[in-house]
Amino acid sequence: MRLAVLGAGAVGRSVAELAGEYGHEVVALADSRHATVDADGIDVSSALERKDAGDALGSATPEELFETDYDVLVEATPTTLGDAEPGFSHVRRALEDDRHAVLANKGPVAERYEELRDLEHESAGSIRFEATVGGAIPILSTIEDSTPEAVTAVRGVLNGTANFILTRMAAEGLDYEHVLSEAQDLGVAEADPTFDVDGTDAALKFVILANVLADGGFSLEDADVTGIQNVPGSALELAAEDGRTIRLIGEATRDGVRVGPRLVPENGALAVTGTRNIVQIETRHAGSLHNSGRGAGGPETATAVLSDVGRLPPL
Amino acid sequence: MGEEIDDEPETDGGIRAYTVRLELVDEPGELLRALAPIADNGGNLLSIHHERGNITPRGHIPVEVDLECPPDRFDAVVDGLRDAGVNVIQAGAERYGEEVSVVLVGHLVETDLSETLEAIEADAAAAVVDLSLAAPDGVDAVSSARLRLAVDSGRVEDAIAAVRSIADERDLSVVEPLPGGDA
Repeated sequence: MRLAVLGAGAVGRSVAELAGEYGHEVVALADSRHATVDADGIDVSSALERKDAGDALGSATPEELFETDYDVLVEATPTTLGDAEPGFSHVRRALEDDRHAVLANKGPVAERYEELRDLEHESAGSIRFEATVGGAIPILSTIEDSTPEAVTAVRGVLNGTANFILTRMAAEGLDYEHVLSEAQDLGVAEADPTFDVDGTDAALKFVILANVLADGGFSLEDADVTGIQNVPGSALELAAEDGRTIRLIGEATRDGVRVGPRLVPENGALAVTGTRNIVQIETRHAGSLHNSGRGAGGPETATAVLSDVGRLPPL
Repeated sequence: MGEEIDDEPETDGGIRAYTVRLELVDEPGELLRALAPIADNGGNLLSIHHERGNITPRGHIPVEVDLECPPDRFDAVVDGLRDAGVNVIQAGAERYGEEVSVVLVGHLVETDLSETLEAIEADAAAAVVDLSLAAPDGVDAVSSARLRLAVDSGRVEDAIAAVRSIADERDLSVVEPLPGGDA
């Protein structure tokens, strides 16, 4: 497949760097201001070197990316809420041009799922978005293989920052603010960790899961979301007395989406430690499946994008 | 309320038979102590089934007591048992088949913890069987309490919803268990 990669952050650049190993060719790479485009395949490493040196990725404009001859648009621009722009328009344009689109950007699939599916029905191309839920962990493809109708609920931990903070608070008996600043020093938490600790990031992922289970109908405003900012160390201590711990757990069913701190067995499957993610997929015929692994990171998330590319039919 | 033990309908005086299930600590004198509130509140003991070999997961001994009393005295009998610190697992038709833990967080002492617990027992159709409080920064600061609730079988969701609304009224937050998450 010929890939046009939109977004040159951690995920976009890893997709461009790893595409060759997966047997694909990158014909365009763009950030918000510049692009490098070559129908015979761009030179990924020199484009990224230019960007790292503070120069433009290339001499083309992002607009020219859409005009080149590509098969798959990789939408890896930052997630935005509400109208999910400009990501939504990028995907619309690819579908209207009868190309495939693979998303790492959660916004369009969480906030405007039905519109995307309508555009897909009118297009020769199709959309895939494994990378939007749980980074490297194959979650949507597991649901697809089980068929969404046979999945009754998905629960679990899909935010590594919040999980790291709760794990450290429980292990060290420290309070939230203390552990948060430690996490920021380690680079586990961003300078502005709001969406990680207030549950928004996890909620977007569970909204996407609910959309897959119910074939649409959910957006972020339908989710019942509570963060971990008000969980004191003492709550974790009390939970531990009872063989339990507290994790930021999301739940997606056909009836709704809920994210909040919950009591789970300390040695249970969902009580993963550190930045690790896990989901429990509850099925009608096969009991519960647990998929666990790294839920974030450039190369990790890029593998999910490239697996999606591999599942696309030829155009 | 209450299940008939024999086929006889209520007598003229309105005496009915009830079954009460208790959990006792395995200590000498506990059984006697637990039975005193029954007679004190106008109940008449019919039989006691002391399952000594059968220890509950919490290390307690289940005891089943059959008694008779006028229906309007039965609540006083059960309250008398609870006031004496006896763990009542089932009283008459109430059957607490499941236990769940929740953690409450907030200004628990300022918002009157005992009143909160009473509200939970009343509105959530649950018995608070265990309570643990942690207030590392003093009673005026944010503290946490873990409650273990005995709830009617199949009523866990309702009980937790009731706990949630009681907590909302007092501006407390609830860390709920995750049903189905243990698998």
